[in-house]
Amino acid sequence: MSETTPVLSIQGMSHYFGGLKAVSDFTFDVPEGVIYGLIGPNGSGKTTTFNLITGIYTPTQGKILFQGENIVGMKPFRIVHKGIARTFQNLRIFSNLTVVDNIRVARHFTTKSGIFSSFLRLPGFKKETEQVMEETMELIKLMNLEKRAFEIAKNLPYGELRRLEVARALATKPKLILLDEPAAGMNPKETEDLMNLVRRVRDEFKVTIFLIEHHMKFVTGICERVKVIDFGETIAEGKPEDVVKDVKVLEAYLGRKAVVC
Amino acid sequence: MDKLKLPKLLIAGAIFYVVVQALILTGVLNGYFVVIINRSLIFVILAATLNLINGITGQFSLGHMGFAAVGAYVSGTFTTLLFHLSPHAFGDNLGFLAAIIAGGIGAAIVGFLIGFPSLRLKGDYLAIVTLGFGEIIRTILNNIAYVGGPRGLLGIPKFSGFTIIFLFTFFTIVLLRNLVQSSHGRAMLSIRENELASELAGVDTTRYKVLGFVIGAFFAGIAGGLLAHLLQIAHPTQYGFYASSILLIMVYAGGMGSLTGSIIAAFSLTFATEGLRVGIDWLRDSVGIPIGTEWTMVIYALLLIFIMLFKTEGFMGMRESKILIIEEKHV
Repeated sequence: MSETTPVLSIQGMSHYFGGLKAVSDFTFDVPEGVIYGLIGPNGSGKTTTFNLITGIYTPTQGKILFQGENIVGMKPFRIVHKGIARTFQNLRIFSNLTVVDNIRVARHFTTKSGIFSSFLRLPGFKKETEQVMEETMELIKLMNLEKRAFEIAKNLPYGELRRLEVARALATKPKLILLDEPAAGMNPKETEDLMNLVRRVRDEFKVTIFLIEHHMKFVTGICERVKVIDFGETIAEGKPEDVVKDVKVLEAYLGRKAVVC
Repeated sequence: MDKLKLPKLLIAGAIFYVVVQALILTGVLNGYFVVIINRSLIFVILAATLNLINGITGQFSLGHMGFAAVGAYVSGTFTTLLFHLSPHAFGDNLGFLAAIIAGGIGAAIVGFLIGFPSLRLKGDYLAIVTLGFGEIIRTILNNIAYVGGPRGLLGIPKFSGFTIIFLFTFFTIVLLRNLVQSSHGRAMLSIRENELASELAGVDTTRYKVLGFVIGAFFAGIAGGLLAHLLQIAHPTQYGFYASSILLIMVYAGGMGSLTGSIIAAFSLTFATEGLRVGIDWLRDSVGIPIGTEWTMVIYALLLIFIMLFKTEGFMGMRESKILIIEEKHV
């Protein structure tokens, strides 16, 4: 886990929606193996940043280097194949599929069985299917979802669906995971568990974690580096304990008056 | 160990075949009923493959019968030509099989040409394109004198019997079941569930939408070929929007995404259509109510409204009968 080679390097990235500047000239590195936080008030451009990195939007300007390779203009699924996975702020679960199938979809692109060997269920296909199933069950155990493995996903409570999304993201065998407000809607106990889980994921899967969060406690408790943005502009970057003291950050969150008083 | 256990689907298929064959041989089922059963089986292929596109991959195709038309005309032209060249070339039915497969491939190629540009778009574009395609193919066939124009392609030799149609239907269902319950099938299902999440789980969504569409078109072409060689005619009106909408009703009534539902609906609606025809004739001739068979469509429209209002998920919902589920070893 050297901090020398950034896994993700964003250089001069801007994005406009018509005349609205959603992201303005972002330049930052996410070093390998860290837990990196992106924070900012509502509408500050956090999710847009994620959408740009994952290829849902193409930035108006700038470069996004993933392990040294420019991924701007690549289709989202190709970027996933390169090793970037993500979760969503508003869950995007395959509701009518079982928990196991939700995860197995994300393992699909790594399988080699062609359409004809699937049609005919040839021995190679069966072997591969069993192997995928084994790996899927490991992820399910890690996420503590064993009891739910064969349930239809829409019957799961919210907290478990969040964990399922993380499991699905991990199933793509990523090097970088983007978590979009993982603690949204969670109570303090669940948030605490989630923090432990995120650390475990980072250590066990050797991935870099880049997350968006509103919960200040969550961010200061878990992130090793933080970038604060507002209205698409970077207002602070650094260690979380320094950043929270920054006047601009306090202004963005609490308003100018609160800071002056 | 699990090789000794005969698959449930094979047993179910064998029982169905033996029972119907026995009823035919003992004369319980006359020729009329055999034709209805054969039609039902062909509609099983058509409904199940439309379900692959609409119910499983979550797209919306309105012109499925157009692919059946391509299959019917390609295979029909093929066999009529061969038949005229040498009437005894079909001692072993090989030419017929080749013709049916050629019909399927022809339909798949057309499916690719239609699907490739339109499936890249999101939303209702596919519905509009396929609706147009269904009508275009009908109009084209109406205007090609070589295949009979509005008169239809006549003199197609009769090759489709119960056994052949049953085998084609059975294998189509087996292959579709295997596909849907494989990694590729799950990729298609995930597109229906949430296209963006599917893409970000690494699924090449455009590829799988096109693939589902082309596979559906291939089997629809096969079904069209079987139908042409059963009825010994391929006529443009058989493959218009009316027929495509009956297929849609079958898919919705049976359950979006359920092959079991499509099988049940194809049988019940094919029999119901015949029942309605008889019933309407009786009302007109014996009771004196002046209505014609076109009223079946009114009844189907009401059925569709009823499904949309009171049973949106259809007869089976997304469930499959246990017969069609491949058991997996749980770790």
